[in-house]
This record gives sequence, C-alpha cells and structure tokens, in this order.
Amino acid sequence: MQKTLHINVDDCTGCYQCVLACSDEHDKSFNPMKSRIQVFKFEDEGRFVPYTCTQCDEAWCQKACPTDAISVDANGAKVVSDALCVGCKVCTIACPFGTVNYNASSGKVIKCDLCGGDPACAKACPTDAITFVNADTAQFDKMRNWAGKTDAGTQQSA
Amino acid sequence: MVRADFVIVGAGPAAIAAAETLRKTEPDKSIALISRENIPPYSRMALPYVLTGQIDQNGTYLRKGQNYYKDRDIKIYHATVTSIDAGQKLLHLESGASLGYGKLLIATGASPVKPPLPGLDLPGVEHCWTLDDAKAIADRAGDGANIVLMGAGFIGCIILEALVACSAKLTVVEAEDRMVPRMMNTTAGNLLKRWCEKKGMTILTSTRVTGLSDVDGKLKVDMDNGQSQIADLVVVATGVKANIDFIAGTDIEVNDGIKIDHHMQSNVEDIYAAGDCAEGRDFSTGYWSVHAIQPTATEHGHIAALNMTGRIAYYKGSLNMNVLDTAGLISSSFGQWQGVEGGETTESLDAENSRYTHLAFEGDRLVGALTLGRTENIGILRGLIQSRTKLGVWKDRLMKNPNRIAESYIANTQL
Amino acid sequence: MAWAGKLLRVDLTAGTCVSEPLNMEWAAEYLGQRGLATRYLMNEIDPKVDPLSPENKLIMATGPLTGTNASTAGRYSVITKGELTGAIACSNSGGFFGNEMKNAGWDIIIFEGKSDKLVYLMLQDDKAELVDAADYVGASCWDTEEGIKAKHGDQFIRVASIGATGEKGVKYACIVNDMDRAAGRSGVGTVMGSKNLKAVAIRGTLGVTVKDREKFTQAVIDGKKVLADNPVTGSGLPTYGTQVLMNVINEVGALPTNNHQDVQFDGAHDISGEAMHEPRKSDGKPNLVSSAACFACTIACQRVSTIDRTHYTVKERPEYHKASGGLEYEAAWSLGAATGVNDLDALTFANFLCNEHGIDPITFGATLAAAMELYETGVINDETTGGVKLSFGSAEALTTMLEQTCKSEGFGVELGLGSKRLCEKYGKPELSMGVKGQEFPAYDGRGIQGIGLAYATSNRGACHLRGYTIASEVLGIPVKTDPLETEGKAGLVKAFQDATAAFDSAGICIFSSFAWTLDDVAPQLDAACEGEWSTEKLLEVGERIWNLERQFNLAAGFTGADDTLPARLLKDAAKTGPATGKVNELDKMLPEYYSLRGWSPEGVPTGETLTKFNLS
Repeated sequence: MQKTLHINVDDCTGCYQCVLACSDEHDKSFNPMKSRIQVFKFEDEGRFVPYTCTQCDEAWCQKACPTDAISVDANGAKVVSDALCVGCKVCTIACPFGTVNYNASSGKVIKCDLCGGDPACAKACPTDAITFVNADTAQFDKMRNWAGKTDAGTQQSA
Repeated sequence: MVRADFVIVGAGPAAIAAAETLRKTEPDKSIALISRENIPPYSRMALPYVLTGQIDQNGTYLRKGQNYYKDRDIKIYHATVTSIDAGQKLLHLESGASLGYGKLLIATGASPVKPPLPGLDLPGVEHCWTLDDAKAIADRAGDGANIVLMGAGFIGCIILEALVACSAKLTVVEAEDRMVPRMMNTTAGNLLKRWCEKKGMTILTSTRVTGLSDVDGKLKVDMDNGQSQIADLVVVATGVKANIDFIAGTDIEVNDGIKIDHHMQSNVEDIYAAGDCAEGRDFSTGYWSVHAIQPTATEHGHIAALNMTGRIAYYKGSLNMNVLDTAGLISSSFGQWQGVEGGETTESLDAENSRYTHLAFEGDRLVGALTLGRTENIGILRGLIQSRTKLGVWKDRLMKNPNRIAESYIANTQL
Repeated sequence: MAWAGKLLRVDLTAGTCVSEPLNMEWAAEYLGQRGLATRYLMNEIDPKVDPLSPENKLIMATGPLTGTNASTAGRYSVITKGELTGAIACSNSGGFFGNEMKNAGWDIIIFEGKSDKLVYLMLQDDKAELVDAADYVGASCWDTEEGIKAKHGDQFIRVASIGATGEKGVKYACIVNDMDRAAGRSGVGTVMGSKNLKAVAIRGTLGVTVKDREKFTQAVIDGKKVLADNPVTGSGLPTYGTQVLMNVINEVGALPTNNHQDVQFDGAHDISGEAMHEPRKSDGKPNLVSSAACFACTIACQRVSTIDRTHYTVKERPEYHKASGGLEYEAAWSLGAATGVNDLDALTFANFLCNEHGIDPITFGATLAAAMELYETGVINDETTGGVKLSFGSAEALTTMLEQTCKSEGFGVELGLGSKRLCEKYGKPELSMGVKGQEFPAYDGRGIQGIGLAYATSNRGACHLRGYTIASEVLGIPVKTDPLETEGKAGLVKAFQDATAAFDSAGICIFSSFAWTLDDVAPQLDAACEGEWSTEKLLEVGERIWNLERQFNLAAGFTGADDTLPARLLKDAAKTGPATGKVNELDKMLPEYYSLRGWSPEGVPTGETLTKFNLS
C-alpha cells in the first residue's frame, strides 16, 4: 500500500519539530536550511503551514533533470541521487510547488524522499498535524488537490 | 528498407521523453531513434559539469542503465539524416540508406552559430556544445589560462561558471549592454556584472569582437572598443540555431524553429517536432517561441508522443524560464518578467548582498518574475504563473514586499 | 558541539565586529546563556556603571541546547545592567531568534560602547556588519522587523528590535523578536536604545550539532514524552496558555488587584484563558485564533488572538484587525486585574501595542495601577494626566495612557519612568509595588508566601521567573506545599532559583519545568555537550550562577536591605479569599534563606560559599 504524507494545517503550531527532524535525518544537524519540509507562518492569520513535496504524479522535477538524477523509489518518492545530481537547478524552477531546493553547501538539490518509507517529520510532530497515511484513505490533502487543479503543463483527453 | 512505426530524429531530452512515452503507451510498436553522435544519448546541459570535473562522460547520459534502450526495445541508429521525403514517409541518411516512418518526431536540437568574423577557425577557438568541445576546452583551460568568452547570454554564462571553476583568467565580451539580456533587466544584469567583476573576471558589455588572429601561438582578440586581448582559448557562445537544414525541400513551416501546433504537430501530417528545434506555443503570450530549456523539451516530447499514438493531448504552451548559477550568484527568470501592457511590476533590491526580486503582474495574477541571489522555493514562481493563481489580497502584499512569494502561493492554496 | 564555540564582539563606538573563541572553561562552569553571559558581564564591566552609559554592555546569549530539537530549545537571553533596576538584568525570549543566532554560528554577542548614529547589526553566518538604521528611527518593532526583511529580500531573516520607546528611554523598553516574543523585563531595550542599536537581524545557515547524536535523539524523545504526558504542559498550557492561571490564582486569593489593594478581582473570569475561548457577540468568533509554538517547543502555550473589530480601540483602525500575539497570564493580569480593567478586547489591544512598540506590559500595567492610585487618592489630578481620568477599571484610561507611553507623549512620559520613579516623584514611594525597582508580576505574596520570598530575593528585581514557587504552592509541582505556610519555603525558593538558573542557561524554556526536573534536562545536556552533565552538576551550576548574580548586585550597591517587599504586602492584610487576614511573613523566611545560601545574616555570600563556587 502506497503511503503519503497527510498535512492537517489546522493542527500545526509552527514548532519546527518536523523541520528539525528532517534536517537531523538527512544532514545530521539541526538546520532549518537543510530541511526538506518547511513551515510557513502566516502572522496576520495566526496560522501555520507545513509544506513539502507531495510526490506528485507529474514528477516535474524528474522530467526536468538532465542527468537522470531523480528517480522514483519503492515508496513512490521522487529521490535525488547525490552521485548523479550536478546541481544545475533546473528542477528547482521546474517544480511548480517550489519543493525542490538547491543546497549551496553540497552543490546538489534536496527534496523530500519520505525517509525511505518512515518519514521523520511525521514521527516528530507533537500534534499529529503531519501523519503518514495510506494514499487511498480518501484524505487527500489540499496540496494534492491543488496539484490536480493546476493547469500547468499538460491536459490530456482520451 | 528499414521502417519503424515511430521514428525520432535526435537523441536529446525531448527525444528520450518521447521515446519513453511512446513505449509506455504503445508497448508493441517499433521505435527508432536516430542520433548523430556515436555515443549514448546525453545531456548537453550537463557538459559544463564535465568541464569542471564534477562528472565524467557517463554522468551526462540521459539514462544510466547500460541496456536501458535495448530493454525497452528502443532502437538507436547512429546516423545523420540528410533529407525527408514526406510523401513517401522516408528519411534519407548520409550513408545513403533510408528509413521509413509511420510518425516522425524531429527533435534535433540546435547548434551554435559562429558569427562571420575572421579567425574563428583558428585552433583554440571552441564552442561548448558537444562532449568533444568540452574536452577540448578542458585541455586548454588550465590554471591561470587566459580565456576570452564571446557572448554572455544564457549558454555563455553556464559555461562561464565552469571556466571560473577551472581557475582561468576570464574576459567576457558581450555585444549587448548587459549580461544575459534575454533573462535579465538592466538592474539584474548590472548586479551580475558587478558580482563577476568582484570574482576577478573582466566583463566588457556593449563590446563586440571584431576578429581573431594568431600571435606566436596565442590568440589575439580584437574588439570594437579599440582594445585587444591575448588569450589561450576563446570560447564562442554567441547564439544557436535549430538543426533543421535537412528539412529543406519539405513543406514544413519554419520560423526560428519548426512551427508546431498545440499537439506538437507541424503543418505536415505525421511530422511532429519537439525541443530546441521546435517553435511551440508560449504559455504566456500564446504566440510561437523557441524555449530552449529541458523542461520544455521533455514536455514537448511527452505531448508529441501521446499525439503520435493517436491520443489527443493538448499542450497549453511552455513557460519561458531559466535558472543560472554564475560563479555562485544564482538567478532565475520566468515568463513575462518584462511586464505586460496595463500590468504592474514591483521589485526589491539589496544591491550589497546581490539579492533582487522583480515581479510582473497582470491584474492580480503573476505573469513574470526575475530573481537574483534567491534559491528558496523559486519553483513556486512557475506555479503561480502557470496556475494563473488569483492572488487577491496577496497581490498588494507582494507589491509591498515581493519576497513573500512562497507565502502568497501557500496562502492561496493551503489555508 | 552544542556550543558554537564563538562569540561576536560588536564595538558600537568603533563600528567593528570581531569574532572570539568562546571561553570554554567558563562554559563548563556556567553552561551558557544566562550564566555564561553574566560571567562575561561581571568580568567586563564595573557593576557600578550607569546602565545607559557606553560603559555598560549588552549581551545576547544562547544556551548549548538552543537550536537543537530538544523541546523548547529556542531560547536566548539578553544580559546587561538593567535600566529599570540598576541590578543584573537577564531577560529571556522565545520565538525563533535564538535558534537563528546559533545557526549562524554564535553562542554570544556582546555589544559595547555606543554608536554615534542609529544602526542595526546584520549577521549572516560569519558575515557581521553594522548597517545605518536611519530608515527606522522612531519605527515600531513591527515595522522594523518587516522593513529589514524586505530590505534584504529575505523572509527567513530573524529580527530582534526596539521600538521608539527604547530609543526615547522609556525605562522598561523590551527587545521584541518575531513580532510578539520579547526579552521583556528590566529595561534591556532601554539599554539597547542608549547604545543607538535599533535591531539585530540574523540569518543562520550553518546548523547545530550535538556530541552524541544517537543518545541525544533518545533523550529528546523521552523529554518530549514527559511534556506530552503531563497535564500542565500536555493539556493546560496548549489549551489556555499561561492564562490557564487567571481563575486559579484568583481563587487562591493571590491575584493582585487595583495596585495590590485587593487580592481577588471580580472581573477575573472576563479576562481569563477560558474567556478567550468564548465566542464574542459581534462576530461569534472567539478572541483566540490559535495556539502557537516557539522554536522546537512541543507545548505551544503562545496565544494568537484577534480584537473584536467593533471594539472602540480598533473600529477605525483596520491595521489591528489582524491576528497577533494574544494575552499571556502576566500581561492579562497587569493590564487587567492590576488596573481593575475587565475588558478583554481592550487588554488584547494593549497587548498588541506593547509588542508593537516594545514595552514590558507587566511594568506598564503595574505603573498605571500605581498612577491610578495616585489619581484616586488625589495626589495627581486631571491636570497631571492631561484630562484623562485614571480610575481603576477604566479601559479607556488603559489604552489612552498606553498609546501616550508608546509615543512618549503627555502623561505617558511619566508613566514611562516605571512605578518606582513615578511614585517617588509624587512623594509616595510606598505605592510602587515592586522590589529593587521592578514591578511585581501576577501573584500576591500574601496569598502565596513563598513567592514573596522569591520576589524579595530575586536578583533582577521582583520576578516570578527567578523561582516559580507557584508550581509547588498552587499547582503541586513537584510536590504540593501550602501557599499560606512559611515553613520550608526558604528551601523551596532556593531550590527553584538554582534549578531555574540551570534551565535558563541550557537554552530551554522555564515552562518545561512544569513537567521536567533537572533529571529530565541532564540527559539531554549530557548527550549534547562536551563534558559530563548530571543533575548534581546542574544544581551546582545553578547555584554558582545565583551567587554570581548576587555578587554583581552587591558590587552595584545593593544590600540585604533591598531584599524586601513593599509595606503593603508586609503590613496590610489580605481582605478576601483564603488568605484573608494574612500578610507576607518575609521576616520568617529570609534569615533561613540566607543561611541556606551560605550567606551572612546581611545577605553577603561568605568566603566559604564563594570558594565553593570558584567565585572568590
């Protein structure tokens, strides 16, 4: 069963535990700049939004990669190979969600890889605002819905 | 005579994307791919990274598996197409052989143009276009070598990054009044110029090379400002043109590239085009334009393939966008950053830290953007433009502070 | 590891920024943040200096855990000689500024001297520069923060700034970060203003690492579980914030009301955490929008509120129709109960203004309360106040006077002095409700005896955050003690004070101590930091810090005679509630406290004590 990150914006307190868990997992340091998940704070609305890759079916990033450095793993995650990535950054402009980011210190791009099927962000979230659930349990989050609605790129009819 | 249901001329990203989509949708039909260079399909975009030693030749291959194409029954011919017989649905090859096709996709890319100047055939004058070019440059661009780069356009600047990484002494000569004129306005171009100068490069804008000559085994580069420069290597990056000479004699309509419709088909039935050699619809303007970037190439290839199999896939047009890393200063441009009639623009500039954001709106929709010194979430600019998101109150917030790009998108999609 | 190992010295007179290695011997003795910065201050300034002179220094400091994922580990403190008190000042703030400083690679920033023009420090990892702040002269903290982010084109920059209040010398100006988090007390913002330092803007990208990653991960998970399972940190604070206390403390009979004339407030419920959840009449929405967390905090006690758009304060001012930092218990008390005002929207508006303009709501509310008593007793009148009727219970007096104070206009200029100077000016020093020049927070020492001793002995003047005995005396953490009893309180106060100094110096939030003891903190520190960090070691560090701060104050001119409470608390008995008839019996607790501290009967650490803590 393919699982997906489900984000419930209403429960987020903006604590950054997900951000820290992510950078710890991938970078072995606590560094929000190295996190694949970000938390946006909406000051005037008093709201917080955890934000990361939805592993979208379009795979804009993968298609944009000139060196075949992005592949799909067993969990459906689009994964960047550090060995193959040359840091050309084309995927960072190709991804319309802005969830592939260039990491200047490594010279490669970074994005959510679902931690190989056990996402650290979901485990660290104290309010269950981020959970890792079966993809078909109906609760598609807003971002995936949006991904479906956007008319970026292609439209296909049979 | 050999024939294939689907024939693709070219072996770049558009070609490979098309071949893969064809194979996925038509498991049983034959696919042939014609590559001019006698190596596996590779990415030209990756060449600068060969120059810097970051990757080797294998690293440039578009697909890494040894038997990747064989396993998918995609036949690759290393050959050069000389002409098309659209009536007979035949391709004539340089070898004298010919190849029949059911549907044809032209994805031959583009080639650099040499300006008509004396001396450009001298040894030490290179493009940076093929793997061989890259190797030739690498041979000459050692520590402390004097290099003159002709052209500070997009391609020039990509190469520039690699040349700087080779610790060469670099002089850049650009005919226009600023660097990367097609993706930067004056403010951004000047910031970039200053950045490069701080990194020790010499940047000559509004300057043309008038000719090259050999002086004691070195190259003397004469310029229209009356000065000249001695160089070990001259790299020419003054523009490209579509590789479509071989379609001469057909009725295929051509402008800067092969004109294609929303289904990637040319005006000649069963002949499609994709990528750098194709002039497709521009998402922003609705007019035709060549967008020589990988995302457009793969989208073209994918859509063309779907249509070639008889499915109807409609392409809304490609978004002109680019990202560039010029000696550490990262810039990006999207859509109609120049602004549109009746629209508004806004910008934020921190010249000291080389950070710049410029946004262009039509009503409350973003239609274009330019950034310098920013890498965080820049893809969202594409998302905002291409989803035609109505920004509502966020339009004013962005007008006030253009850096709240991610927030504006997320607020409109997540809250 | 854990420590960045670097200190940034900013000489505002010379305009230079210099990196120095952190004194790791001191770090081993004082941990970080509050303790370590006090050590630096003690060594580098004469405690007798005028707090607003260039000779005073202002230190921003993180703790070793700051920036890690240990719950609540985003804190930083501002340490200086306080303008409000003339004593050691250490004001602690959450939000995301502390983490950014650590991520930029700095444990401590020392500001010294005085700039000849208003500047701000722009710190991007190793790159530090002083930037002209002419654009922000007189700007609010909100405008400054937004302005600097926009100017540098980077929404990820974190800013700590002062408002016009700090520039103009309001004695209790704060340093506000992340719009509504503040190093609030003792006038640290006033000192910052005296140096012509408008703001500190930081962007850090270097990351924070720990000594033993695996052990640390487990210690952090364990710690988070303790917080989640505890009723206060797992449920009470997330639901109601610190405002969970309003009704509780009122029932205990320790909610100072009308400048401590009473200990219970009729309007307590109207301004309580519960009331913040209730839908209001105009739009059916509650005051409270959401609970928010500071960096890495799994408690999330912060309130985010809106003001009723039909309320008189904001009806014509749409710029306040947004959500922003809501009332914490201390602010709700000082702006509300202390002044007798029970208008939740007026208090929320006042709280917004305090954040926007950078003033300490506790001292402001308490000062206004004192002014109201001066007014009601005829010491000052309409002429003094510019016609504003300073009656207890008047919301309009509250908001009008606060706006005047924020702008340093009218009677607001005098309110900007704080209650001690104000009451002295009008010949009624006894009406200032505070210790060592700093106003009390929201607990009355008659209804809760131990907190009275904690106030009297607090090194930064009256303060609940130097030894929060409320935890034991009211909430039963870690054990319930009788709030009306004095016996055992000397030991209780000392234990809280020492532990708190260790919590503060680690870089975590003192609210974690509702659930955590040092036994929970020690494993996290031990896994993160070089050296061995046991509970015993932390207690020793805490006590060392307490004695160091005491040494500073004694050298600054304070004596044991300053360890006292206003006559009202010592002589006027509580009139209602469980504490009816009680005064604070400080004299029963103080001598024992001195003795337990190893101090002379005059309150001076003995030679033996100093030697024990390597302070001689």
